[in-house]
Amino acid sequence: MTAIATPPGTPGSPAPETGGKRSRRDSRGAPGGTNRRGRPLGRNPIGLLFSAPYLVFVGLIFAYPLGYSVWISFHDFFFTAPGAEVDRPFVGLDNFATALGDSAVRQSFVNVGVFLIINVPLTVVLSMVLATALNKVVRFRTFLRVSFYLPYVAASVAIVAVWIFLFNGSGLVNQVLGPLAPDPSWLISSVWAMPTIALFVTWKGLGFYILLYLAALQAVPKELYESASTDGAGAIRTFFSVTVPGVRPATVLVLLLATVTGANLFTEPYLLTGGGGPNGASASPVLIMYQKGLQQGQPDVAAAIGVILVVLVLIIAYLQNRFAGERD
Amino acid sequence: MSTAVFAVGILALSACSGGGGGGDSADGRGDITIWYSNNESEVAWGKQMVEAWNADNPDEQISGQEIPAGTSSEEVIGAAITAGNAPCLIYNTAPAAVGQFEKQGGLVDLSSMDDGADYIEERSGDLAEQYQNTEGAYFQMPWKSNPVVIFYNKDMFTAAGLDAENPALSTYDDFLATSRTLVESGVAPNAILPAPTSEFFQTQFDFYPLYAAATGGTQIVEDGEATFADEAGYEVAEFWATMYEEGLSGREQAQGDAFADEDAAMAIVGPWAVSVYDSVNWGSVPVPTSEGISAEETWTFSDAKNVGLYSACDNQATAWDVLKFSTSEEQDGQLVELTGQMPLRENLQETYADYFEANPAYTAFGDQASRTVEVPPGPNTVQMLQAFRDAWSESVIFGEGDVRESLDAVATEVTEIAQQP
Repeated sequence: MTAIATPPGTPGSPAPETGGKRSRRDSRGAPGGTNRRGRPLGRNPIGLLFSAPYLVFVGLIFAYPLGYSVWISFHDFFFTAPGAEVDRPFVGLDNFATALGDSAVRQSFVNVGVFLIINVPLTVVLSMVLATALNKVVRFRTFLRVSFYLPYVAASVAIVAVWIFLFNGSGLVNQVLGPLAPDPSWLISSVWAMPTIALFVTWKGLGFYILLYLAALQAVPKELYESASTDGAGAIRTFFSVTVPGVRPATVLVLLLATVTGANLFTEPYLLTGGGGPNGASASPVLIMYQKGLQQGQPDVAAAIGVILVVLVLIIAYLQNRFAGERD
Repeated sequence: MSTAVFAVGILALSACSGGGGGGDSADGRGDITIWYSNNESEVAWGKQMVEAWNADNPDEQISGQEIPAGTSSEEVIGAAITAGNAPCLIYNTAPAAVGQFEKQGGLVDLSSMDDGADYIEERSGDLAEQYQNTEGAYFQMPWKSNPVVIFYNKDMFTAAGLDAENPALSTYDDFLATSRTLVESGVAPNAILPAPTSEFFQTQFDFYPLYAAATGGTQIVEDGEATFADEAGYEVAEFWATMYEEGLSGREQAQGDAFADEDAAMAIVGPWAVSVYDSVNWGSVPVPTSEGISAEETWTFSDAKNVGLYSACDNQATAWDVLKFSTSEEQDGQLVELTGQMPLRENLQETYADYFEANPAYTAFGDQASRTVEVPPGPNTVQMLQAFRDAWSESVIFGEGDVRESLDAVATEVTEIAQQP
């Protein structure tokens, strides 16, 4: 009875026997506290082998540059040729003060805040609703899924050109709107430039998030829908009472991913609004980092902006996980 | 959280790789690698130059290649310097970036060569001086310029009822009146459409040519002080502000080539435009000034590209010889012939008289090449230009705030930046 009640491998539980013989795993030493201590590589050393390349990748491409960037942000630093001997004194918070004292930097954080406020909720709502709808579609299912996914895999550079044609002063959108078109037009309006970019990024990334929700929807038990139907719940009631709670883990993931990728906004303001225009209204922190770090030879100030951005994103991510994540 | 911090971090990572030239690099001889621009005509020039050198120097061969693709050449070069894998020579070095490359330890001081300064000054004459750093050293070889002038579409001028052979474009008032006629007649949505975008270098194609003309070749920063907050600068800024305010120049960036697509009746261009706009019936005039001056007196922006000898080069003696060979009278002649760009060489029109006689379209550029002004030197040039551009976008292009007050404020900021180490 004990063997059935307790999952195999649980510390303290007896190992199951087959035909009176000890299992192969058990013959090598059953997993458990005692045996794990005897195997420093754990019960699946081959797993370490498979994951090692990615760990090296993460270490070299992410962890080391991140740590180095934090170090740069506290020093007077500029890039030099190998062998060039220069002083890189510790400057405390000077780079952070320089960054935050720059009105363009402060403006860029406000801009990306506006972007996230529009982009993240829109992404969550649209991708959840569209995934739910796509999950029920029978005809043209593949065609529709591919259609939504296509913008995600297409190069931003190519798609941006189409959006410029749509949203420029004499573009299709303004022709349709006629007298209702904003003046100045979308991409050169300090009011509309960032919302237009947010709309573009939402549309472009939607396919990926729909896929996440489609995968999550497969895990929602059919019995819950049947039960809701038996209880007389309509489509909207079922959506809010079954689907939304059922895909909550995916929602947290979408929230985090949309926030992180949104905070790293660069390509769209660089291309769509000609380098963060009009008049800096669509400049993002990463665009300013690019200008300062790579164009203007101030990687220390750029690194400080990056560190501030990472801290802010971590705070937002914590709050999202705290309030939208699983509580049990 | 990839892009935010790692854009800088990855480049920092590359600082740990590679290796620079050894201690004997200055006297080193042997094979070298060079990069040249990736436009078709400069590739043709580069290939013939490499072929000509290699034929006579079997022990010191050049391996030439187009500069690797990137957001801009300057970023590619900056990354190559940091990684220690820059080639010996790059024939596409923007003067605005030279100060940074020098600060990075990426460039060789050409003045340190026995005949370095003499060769440069003998070839380029008085124009060479503005390519010195603040200590008077040459970390770049002045190579070629693309002096900018105004191109106009004769057919559109005629359609608007304007005199296409002698257009009234010499003064700001004339230019504005002609622009109004062009737009009001409906022949063009924009009279002229300089890029209204925020990149630092766009200043070189709207404000700077006119300021150079108005001041007889004054740089926007001289002796560590911003110069442009003066009457000439105010007038240039107010001229452009009027162009934007009246809708004679659009605030939206063009998709494609506005001049070729007839979205604009005029353009500010260099000699490269002669071959590019062969389907347009164009004419050219110097950039306007407040009172109107003759073409022979007009200064403009150089839009130069120079050659840098990079410190990662192991065979710097060979590289210096190649540099002199590639800027010799014969190779400069090939450059003019194949690219239509103007070598930064004294007495250009006399030296290549046959070429200019056979190609009169380039004569105005050849003459203009002797009166060009460059961006100010120093490691903070890009930072200065970006600060200027941001203020320009706000007050001139988008009409927010007073133009004069904006120039005054940014002049103070630019002076502070110029005086930083």
